[in-house]
Amino acid sequence: MSIASPPPSNETIWLTQDRPDAAELGLCVHCGFCLNACPTYHDLGVETDSPRGRIALMRGLDSGRIEWSPRVQQHFDQCLQCRACETACPSKVPYGRLMEATRAEAFAHDKWPRRQRIIWRLIMRGLFPYPRRMRLAGYGLMIYQRTGMQAIVRRTGLLRRFAPKLADIDELSPVADKPFYANKEAENIRPSHPVRGRAALVTGCMMPLAYPETHRATVRVFTRNGVAVDAPDAQVCCGALHAHGGDVEAARALARRNIDAFTPESDDLPDAILINAAGCGSHLKEYGHLLRNDPDYRERAAVFAARVRDVHEYLVEIGFQAPRGLIERTVTYQDSCHLSHAQNVRKAPREVLRSIPGLTLSEMRKPDKCCGSAGIYSVVQSEISQRVLAEKMEDVLATSAEQVCTANPGCMLQLDAGIARFDDERRMMPRSTHAIELLDESYRLGDQVQDP
Amino acid sequence: MKTSTPMVQALIDAIGEQAVVWHDDDLLVYEYDGTIDRGNPDVIALPANTDDVVNLIKVANKYDAPVTPRGAGTGLSGGALAVKGGVIIGMNRMRNILNVDAENKTALVQPGVVNLDLGAEAERHGLAYAPDPSSQRACTIGGNVAENAGGPHTLAWGTTTNHVLALELVTADGEVQWIGHETRDEPGYDLVGCVVGSEGTVGIVTQVLVRLVPRPTAVRTMLAVYDSVRQASNAVSAVVASGIVPAALEMIDKMTIAAVEPVLNTGFPLDAEAVLLVEVDGPESQVEAEGARVEGILNRFEPREVRSATDPEEREHLWAGRKGAIGALGQIMPNYYLLDGVVPRTKLPDVLDGVYEIAERYRLPVANMFHAGDGNLHPCLLFDELEPGATERVLDAGGEIMRLCVEAGGAITGEHGVGLEKRDYLPWIFTEADMDTMKSLRAAFGPTENFNPCKIFPKGHGCGEAGHQHAQHQIAKFGPKAFV
Repeated sequence: MSIASPPPSNETIWLTQDRPDAAELGLCVHCGFCLNACPTYHDLGVETDSPRGRIALMRGLDSGRIEWSPRVQQHFDQCLQCRACETACPSKVPYGRLMEATRAEAFAHDKWPRRQRIIWRLIMRGLFPYPRRMRLAGYGLMIYQRTGMQAIVRRTGLLRRFAPKLADIDELSPVADKPFYANKEAENIRPSHPVRGRAALVTGCMMPLAYPETHRATVRVFTRNGVAVDAPDAQVCCGALHAHGGDVEAARALARRNIDAFTPESDDLPDAILINAAGCGSHLKEYGHLLRNDPDYRERAAVFAARVRDVHEYLVEIGFQAPRGLIERTVTYQDSCHLSHAQNVRKAPREVLRSIPGLTLSEMRKPDKCCGSAGIYSVVQSEISQRVLAEKMEDVLATSAEQVCTANPGCMLQLDAGIARFDDERRMMPRSTHAIELLDESYRLGDQVQDP
Repeated sequence: MKTSTPMVQALIDAIGEQAVVWHDDDLLVYEYDGTIDRGNPDVIALPANTDDVVNLIKVANKYDAPVTPRGAGTGLSGGALAVKGGVIIGMNRMRNILNVDAENKTALVQPGVVNLDLGAEAERHGLAYAPDPSSQRACTIGGNVAENAGGPHTLAWGTTTNHVLALELVTADGEVQWIGHETRDEPGYDLVGCVVGSEGTVGIVTQVLVRLVPRPTAVRTMLAVYDSVRQASNAVSAVVASGIVPAALEMIDKMTIAAVEPVLNTGFPLDAEAVLLVEVDGPESQVEAEGARVEGILNRFEPREVRSATDPEEREHLWAGRKGAIGALGQIMPNYYLLDGVVPRTKLPDVLDGVYEIAERYRLPVANMFHAGDGNLHPCLLFDELEPGATERVLDAGGEIMRLCVEAGGAITGEHGVGLEKRDYLPWIFTEADMDTMKSLRAAFGPTENFNPCKIFPKGHGCGEAGHQHAQHQIAKFGPKAFV
């Protein structure tokens, strides 16, 4: 019988401090419990594309047994980072962290094709960190959509034929929703007495353009519940996409700017740093880890991270008012991976939905299985993403729901694309929603009934 | 870079490029299962249907290559390891539930179906698939059939062999045979019984007709907390002796609680020496009556507390603590060696004492979480492979514990199979003549020498030192510390 011997650490393979932690790699006892939870293992049917397999590959690199070949890199690239494996793992292997660390090393090693690197730098470093450029891009998108160009592009299918990647982006692009959200708007609404707390809203990079109403609803809902909400204007993109992709330097730069924007004074901190996008929320909660080696920001990052609350989480924490307005609708709730698996928030969104009079929650099979959006995955790995989405839509359409509700803009865009493609009977509302919008609607309907 | 071999090419021709994995770095992830052993396959074949299996077996035969079937690789006896190299047949892509016949309470499934997915499908028809190994979230029906898997609920329902009615088998000759019948009893030899638990040594199972059972209308799960292991094991004996057959009767000791509790928050008290998890199910009235009787018996042994889960969520929570126990041990030490012995239930207290004594003598922490009602022990020795000599100490201690079980009138496996890990213990319970008889049974299925070699039968029985040599070869290739 051959018995495993301890792996030597191959010091030469890792270039940065962000390398996968050897002790964390060692936590995996390869029990295999993660396999069936993994969407890519389910889809591709090979263990190289399973969480256990990818960890073995990381260990193989660490011990010098294997080369970092393009094939190995592909297995890392094909990971959705949905972290369903973390929920399944009895050893609590921090897989998401290990994968981010591996991607950070891949970034440092320049493992990507040249074209991908250039596009990354243009978009992720040149566009996302700058709110004003994002807004310009938003106007551009709006012109494209409102002049009917998008409709022509989609109808003719020319883009699909000549630039399928661009066609994917087009299909998943949000409807640029004017008026875009302005951070100053939050100041205009103040709670009537008594004020129970003070929150700072993270408005993010894309939400103000694509889902401004979600932000407006968030501010109204918390204001009504006695929380004064502000949205610091100096804030920038949270950097989640950068960290997931391995561009940790860019992620750290953004994190520092946000820490300065949200917690300028250590003796005057908001009670909560509120976020209504699950992917951003889970990353914001990791700021302490991200800046653990930065002596100037380490402590402030930990303080920041400890105050981050997902909107559902905070609503339940403060005990929200029961809404009274009737919404007679059946919805199904898709757990955003970064809310359920990464932040372990599962009950709160359902509690919010169930509080709404007339609303029925029809649960789908495996509601916490990824929809295939996964940040920019839906564009970069569009084939796998589409198959994962197709399975998700089967489960969605098997419910009696008229609308999908979820907790992250990426998931909303992906599910909207899914509804457009798979809901042949047109039984569902074309746009998915966020629980906070439904709660806001119910509050407002309740007010109308009371004072006609 | 390695170029493909003629066999790899032939496999690609037979079942397609997407179904063959052969690069060195990719093979790395197929060298382990849930144990501490390793085996190095030359190639992985991932069939999509029975025809693919037939075709790839023909290729393997042509090149005289060993074949090792693999489901999810969650096994705990090294059954899915390609010890002699050759072809691993990954059955995970054959994962369709082909039919559920609710009226006759059967389901026809492919071997790659995950145990819990079958359970969920059965539930939609008001039925259940009874065998529930702790790895049921990931393990496959094919693997369950190969190892005759059990689980907490086998106390009342029996192991996998009691739930397989018929199966489709691809033999070593590459022929497809249906064995068994959808009726419960078939005239003639019980061939299905021969295949279930044969650990992939007689052929490849490509379809399984399983029996489903009615879902109990009521369930009561009790947690009893004790200040000594002996009290807890005496309570187990008393419950069994009372004539009541609980659906499950599990024991979890202090070390296991220490691993599980901080991660899963199951509510097991950290300072208890042992807790029992007892479940009764059936019609409402029966559950009420039996539950009360069981509670009375548990209370006779001075528990600190006996409480019942009041809702399904609480029940699931308690079970999560049991079923997640093995993986959670990674929190205490990086490696574990999980044993699987069976003893007569009356011997439980003495054998458990012996297990703790052996572990102490070898300076190894031991965690026990096991199917007490069946007398099926799972001592889990914890160690750190980085510590020089630790692995050898663990293997020696494991051998002693196995010996202890055999001497108490028990056996070397309850539900994990003999596999690679315990094949050398087989002579402890069988004579040479017994083993020869088993081998002639295996031979009756055809030229099966290449089917999962080096499993079940001890060294020198058609396998020799080959597995070990293969490992030596790998060590020579990558250096002594190169195993992941």
